[in-house]
Amino acid sequence: MFQFINTLLIGITAGSIYALMAIAIVLVWRSTRVINFAQGGLALASSFVGASILEKTGSFWIALPIAMLAGALFSAFIEFFFLRPLLKRSGDKGEEIFLPIIATLGLLGIIKAVLNFIYGDRVGVIAPPLSDKGFIVSGESIALSPMRLLILGTVFLLMVVLTLIFQRTNLGLSLRASSFAPEISRLAGVRVDVIRTVGWAISGAAGATAGILQTTNGSGSITPESFEFSLLLVFGFVAAVIGGIESLVGAVLGGLTLGIILAIILMYVGGSLVFFAAFLILILVLLLRPHGIIGSKGGRRA
Amino acid sequence: MELSEVKVVDVHKPQITNKHRFIGFALIALTVFILSNSVDEWRAFQGATVAVYVVAIASIILLTGYSGQISLGHGALLAVGAYSAAIAQINFQLPILLCFVVAVITTSLFGALLGAAAARLSGPYLAGTTLALAVGLPSIANQFSFLGGEQGISFDVGWPPLSFGEDFTQYKWFFWIATLAALISMWWVQNILRSRYGRTWRAVKTNEVAAELAGINIGRSKVLAFTVSSGIAGLAGALLAMTTNNVSPSVFPLALSFSLATGAVLSGVNTLGGVIIGSVALVAIPEIASLVADRWSGSESVATLLPDLIVSALLILTVFLAPKGPIEKLRSRHVK
Amino acid sequence: MLKIENLTVDHGAIRALHGVSFNVEIGQLAAVIGANGAGKTTLLRTLSGLNKASAGQAHWGEHNVLHTKPEKLVREGISHVSEGKSVIPELTVSENLELGSLWRRNRKESERTKGEVLELFPRLGERFSQRADTLSGGERQMLAIGRSIMSKPKLLLLDEPSLGLAPLVVEQIFHSIRELTTSMGLTVLLVEQNAMGALKIADIGIVLNLGSIAATGSAAALKDDPAVRAAYLGF
Repeated sequence: MFQFINTLLIGITAGSIYALMAIAIVLVWRSTRVINFAQGGLALASSFVGASILEKTGSFWIALPIAMLAGALFSAFIEFFFLRPLLKRSGDKGEEIFLPIIATLGLLGIIKAVLNFIYGDRVGVIAPPLSDKGFIVSGESIALSPMRLLILGTVFLLMVVLTLIFQRTNLGLSLRASSFAPEISRLAGVRVDVIRTVGWAISGAAGATAGILQTTNGSGSITPESFEFSLLLVFGFVAAVIGGIESLVGAVLGGLTLGIILAIILMYVGGSLVFFAAFLILILVLLLRPHGIIGSKGGRRA
Repeated sequence: MELSEVKVVDVHKPQITNKHRFIGFALIALTVFILSNSVDEWRAFQGATVAVYVVAIASIILLTGYSGQISLGHGALLAVGAYSAAIAQINFQLPILLCFVVAVITTSLFGALLGAAAARLSGPYLAGTTLALAVGLPSIANQFSFLGGEQGISFDVGWPPLSFGEDFTQYKWFFWIATLAALISMWWVQNILRSRYGRTWRAVKTNEVAAELAGINIGRSKVLAFTVSSGIAGLAGALLAMTTNNVSPSVFPLALSFSLATGAVLSGVNTLGGVIIGSVALVAIPEIASLVADRWSGSESVATLLPDLIVSALLILTVFLAPKGPIEKLRSRHVK
Repeated sequence: MLKIENLTVDHGAIRALHGVSFNVEIGQLAAVIGANGAGKTTLLRTLSGLNKASAGQAHWGEHNVLHTKPEKLVREGISHVSEGKSVIPELTVSENLELGSLWRRNRKESERTKGEVLELFPRLGERFSQRADTLSGGERQMLAIGRSIMSKPKLLLLDEPSLGLAPLVVEQIFHSIRELTTSMGLTVLLVEQNAMGALKIADIGIVLNLGSIAATGSAAALKDDPAVRAAYLGF
């Protein structure tokens, strides 16, 4: 029984981080109809920034916001200097979606190379600021620790903030309108270009947070080659698709679902099958319910 | 109107007849023959690798350039081919040629399944799914011991025949086999691409609705493309297993899929003609980069990161400046 | 005044507008009629900044309308309601309206405009919190026009507002459009396939054929012109 609860807790924690990455992916998708594979690299870069700040100030609570800011800036930078010219050259036709995606792969390579150059063999350490030890319940240690609570709390808080922004503010309205119907929004006077950059910036901040939380939840350290970030990207994408790539709520549900399922597989089947399981889940969802958990039929404008 | 009844005449290309092609292929074979006799083991290995990439990139060009389906996961398909070839040899003691055949068939079947699922996906969904496959599939090997786990298993094509003489080295043998396999498969792929199947793929890619109205079964066309592409990728995987003699998950990381996709873009993903460019680039660039790094800074870190940096930069440049590939770009310049 | 001189617009290799010239005075309702493919939509899209002109001039007052981004033109008082009910289905009626006034600074003024819109289209008030995709065709058209009014335009570009609507609804919409010029003082460029209906409410008419102007004049005169009637009004 305990093992099952622990598995659930582990799954929910990991899943909430995937949800955060999924949110980042969905934000980019909704504003530009592009999957930005470099987002994993951006999260990595922002996490390195976080690690450096942590080294200098010793405070996680300063490092995290600054890393988020870095993520926002990096992301906005890429949208402005890289994506806009790229989108101008490609169209909506089949093959031409291929090129922006591949280009983001190239970007990922460059980001990795730059990180390698700056950090080389050094390892970025992001130690969890809160205790990792599980709480004791009925004499047993469960998989819920202060750190885990922090992760869940952070993701929850970000979710609430994002929802408020999107549903209650003018910026949020502009963001939603621009993603649903860019042309109509322009005709209504919305500066869609600027809004798009803001959307990317928010995405970058979310990705940075996911990266940092993932690190604290995992090994506590990062290198430019960290596989965890490819993993974060893939799982984030799967979570986004499961949830129905059009909605933020879907991204959260998708992330949690994926996290729990993968945790169960990890616990009861075997660690090496986790990635394949993610792939299977993805393909099953796409085949059976392509609009995802939340999405509505025809709501997906691919 | 049956698409096969329409003769598609490509206005830009001069008509390349089979005779031309044969001569071209023969020349390539001759060049490789000469080269193989005058280079050292390392170069022979690189040559074999180039041949492997040619086959692998061709499979991507077929799937993405012709049939319009993105794949970021061809590394996984290569893995399937490699593992099947190795298992065929180790567990079933099949002769080497048959192992290759097994690799092609197994991967084709896998590709057919994958294609059936993928036919309904497009664009980023397909990209992400193949990405998940690239990460997910090779790691299965860690779970099952008959797949060798992390250590992997080996695929040994054996020594070159004694009749070739004592000086005929192992890697030269690989070089020959790989090149022969590449030539044969390229000939065959070219045939398919020029046939009505190739035209059908192009038609579907250009305009699905119109193709459907013309009577083409879209699903079948897409699945066929996946199947053929996978079979060829399986061959590339088996060849890769041959040259590296080790088949394990670490031989097929995500980076491999990315490299192949990059190679396809560098070659010009739309036509087969440039496939050599990407293949050579993938092998030559790390080599050149380490030379440059040695001369320049001698720093270890620069040497390791320079190839990726150059390849990524080339990729981005190609996407921006020559999206249809360098050959098309030169052609259009020429026409202008 | 809207002054168009020699406007030429190309879609790739196809010339959609050949040197079109006409003027519309402030407060006038100009009907632009013509067959499908005549270039009517291209005309509006060029004036609102969505399409690029290849040659010619277009001025709204002293503002040069060409080669300017749509977002900027909105701030200069030009609002375009594009073909096919330009509302955003996933947003509510209220949000759709808000969208039009986002760029405006003055909250109070925007609220007042919203009041005016709801007076003009009471049905929107009834459906205020509902998602736009629950609205009927006619209601969506009202919402689209309402949203464009929220931008406080001086020049309104309407692309086929009657498309797909029942005759009774079309009458209502046309009546409201006429109101826009009479009581709100807007200048309206109304593109329509429903030539009769458009000419009935318009002050002047412009007939486009294959990208060129076939006829201009007062709406009344055009309505009675036998050649126009034969070609575009069906009798």
